[in-house]
Amino acid sequence: MSISRRKFLGWLGSAGLGVTVGGNASAASNKHFTGYPDSSGVLFDNTRCIGCRKCEEGCNKVNELPAPDKAFDDLSVMETQRRTQAAAYTVVNRYTETPDAGGPVYRKIQCNHCLEPACASACFVRAFTKTPTGAVTYDESVCVGCRYCMIACPFEIPSYEYEKALTPSVTKCTLCHPRIIKGLLPGCVEICPTEALTFGKRKDLLRLAKERIQQHPGRYVDHVYGETEMGGTSWLYLSDTPFQEIGMREDLGNLPAPLLTKGALSAVPIISGMWPVLLTGIYAISIRKEKIAEKEKAQAINAAREQAEADAKAKLDDALKQVQKEKEKEIEMHVKKALEEAAKAQSEAAAKPESKEESDG
Amino acid sequence: MAEESASTRKFQFTPFTIVSGVILIVGLILTVLRFTGGLAAVTNLSDYNPWGIWIGFDLLVGVALAAGGYVTSAAVYIFGLKKYHSAVRPAILTGFLGYALVVLALHYDVGRPWRLPYPFIMQQGTTSLLFEVGACVALYLTVLFIEFSPVAMEWLGLKRARNLVVKLTLLLTIFGVVLSTLHQSSLGALFLIAPSKVHPLWYSSYLPVYFFVSSIIAGLSMVIFESTLSHRYFQDKMDPEHLAEKDSVALGFGKAAAFVLAGYFIIKVLGIAADNNWHYLSTGYGAWYLVELLGFVALPCFLYAVGVRDKNLAIIKWTSALTVLGIVVNRFNVSMVAFNYHLPSSERYFPSWMEIGISVFIVTIGVVVFRFIVTRMPVLYEHPGYKSAH
Repeated sequence: MSISRRKFLGWLGSAGLGVTVGGNASAASNKHFTGYPDSSGVLFDNTRCIGCRKCEEGCNKVNELPAPDKAFDDLSVMETQRRTQAAAYTVVNRYTETPDAGGPVYRKIQCNHCLEPACASACFVRAFTKTPTGAVTYDESVCVGCRYCMIACPFEIPSYEYEKALTPSVTKCTLCHPRIIKGLLPGCVEICPTEALTFGKRKDLLRLAKERIQQHPGRYVDHVYGETEMGGTSWLYLSDTPFQEIGMREDLGNLPAPLLTKGALSAVPIISGMWPVLLTGIYAISIRKEKIAEKEKAQAINAAREQAEADAKAKLDDALKQVQKEKEKEIEMHVKKALEEAAKAQSEAAAKPESKEESDG
Repeated sequence: MAEESASTRKFQFTPFTIVSGVILIVGLILTVLRFTGGLAAVTNLSDYNPWGIWIGFDLLVGVALAAGGYVTSAAVYIFGLKKYHSAVRPAILTGFLGYALVVLALHYDVGRPWRLPYPFIMQQGTTSLLFEVGACVALYLTVLFIEFSPVAMEWLGLKRARNLVVKLTLLLTIFGVVLSTLHQSSLGALFLIAPSKVHPLWYSSYLPVYFFVSSIIAGLSMVIFESTLSHRYFQDKMDPEHLAEKDSVALGFGKAAAFVLAGYFIIKVLGIAADNNWHYLSTGYGAWYLVELLGFVALPCFLYAVGVRDKNLAIIKWTSALTVLGIVVNRFNVSMVAFNYHLPSSERYFPSWMEIGISVFIVTIGVVVFRFIVTRMPVLYEHPGYKSAH
């Protein structure tokens, strides 16, 4: 929906009907996303806040939330530090132990509607959307309830309906998105009796905040909280007390949340592209190694067998030769013997005929 | 074998059946409480602490300890270390059951479990590391199921289907390693988005690398650990090949684990150096970090090395238990101890007994199913009809 709107604005721009709008649209589609142009936000100035809890009441009313345990005019709840809850999209806390301030200091807590929200980046069903109005909206109809958005949110805003068995949802401030698209003010802004809350275009609010700092030197901390925190937020804060002292973390850094996981995500194509190739290669190497080993084994066996055969043959030959020699010797001996015997017989025969003849005769 | 399986099928009151029976009954009661009363009825989860031990233990530890499947099958089928072949099936079974139980545990943890397929069928939040985890776990569970299916098919006598699946072994193994690399590392990367909430000693841009490398350690150690337990309780189911290879598996895997632990120790120290977090080591968190680094990384590394050098199987077995415990400590540290370190102790998380009960219940289901399978199917022995196939 938002994309088609941007496209539409882009067509307007290219058709020459609105040169500025077209320029902005192309800026929004640029890879370096710095937030939707003309998105809205709210400026909270804690020097004007009196801690009346009217904003909590207004929020409760327009969002049709259940009635709180203690009525909104009961200020005793401020004795403890509270946070957003399933049934309270916004709370105001009082800080009395701030060394720099004269009296108590108040701070309103609700979703800051980051320009590049951690919750939206973390959600695996895209239940969160940063809309061009500036509001970060939540779609309950797809939410699985993994609560990773609550892990991811650096401002600890989203709450969960742990009590519900079948239809628990994440809850958080919507910047009254349904109201602002109708042209109405967010519930908290509308009800605030001291103009501590100012609704407007974020860039205008930023200018306004800086003007106030300039116009009242010494009153404010020289920083608009939310201008750069986590890549910038739609809610902006002015304070007379260091933000750290009223529970606002100053160590969050200026990187938008999606950049924190960009590196890890970019490993996905590398791993899924390179691992199969590498692993197949390793497999091929191990198979080849095995084959070579087998071949070498076979070769070694063959060589050993050949050697053994040759040795055996040589031995056999030797043995045969010896046997032959022995046989030859034996034959020789036998022949010799036979010859000797024959000679003997001959000589005997030569000597005997006389006697034979004698006996014959 | 037929006689033995007939005797195991007859139900008997042994200490095992009594204890596991009690746990299962308590678990079923807690299950009813969980799904009728919501998460608040059984857990100590809060808006500050959206993830408790069902994520810290059941998901993070569960997935890490189920890494034996991809580690062993990669060693045998890709790296060609065939002498560890008998370790593949028990490891794949442990892996498959581990992942199945992770998915089961997620049904308890997420608010609307019947919507678990939504990230795939409704809208894909591809910028989320949890999407990567979900997609890989779903796919890898399928891979493990297919990898394990030949065992069941041999048992059921489905020879043709079994032979077909066995042909896919290499493909499945490579796919399994890719998926495991991705989701093991992205479980660590889940916390990259919250640098302001995780103590600097545990938060590092190397978190995905730590989780992946330590999953290899977990896989190797679990194979040794599981084989030790199996040998103790299911020795009669093991065939001569399994019994003969058992010690060489422990020695080989112990040696590999010693090396990987040494590498893991080095990159952990590099991480501290890269972010210049040395000064945190003198704090209370630093002391605990040193316990993890020295007691559960350096010590098992040393013990494995000694065990392998001396061929001392007892040391290797005890070290595998210590290493597995170290993985649990590490995952608990990242997801619970170091998480929300900036909050006052009143806002910190400690599990309720019922959360622990569900985790014990799920582990018990795993043990019971493991026992059911190894006493019936050819896991610890080769099916006589398929011996030549390997």
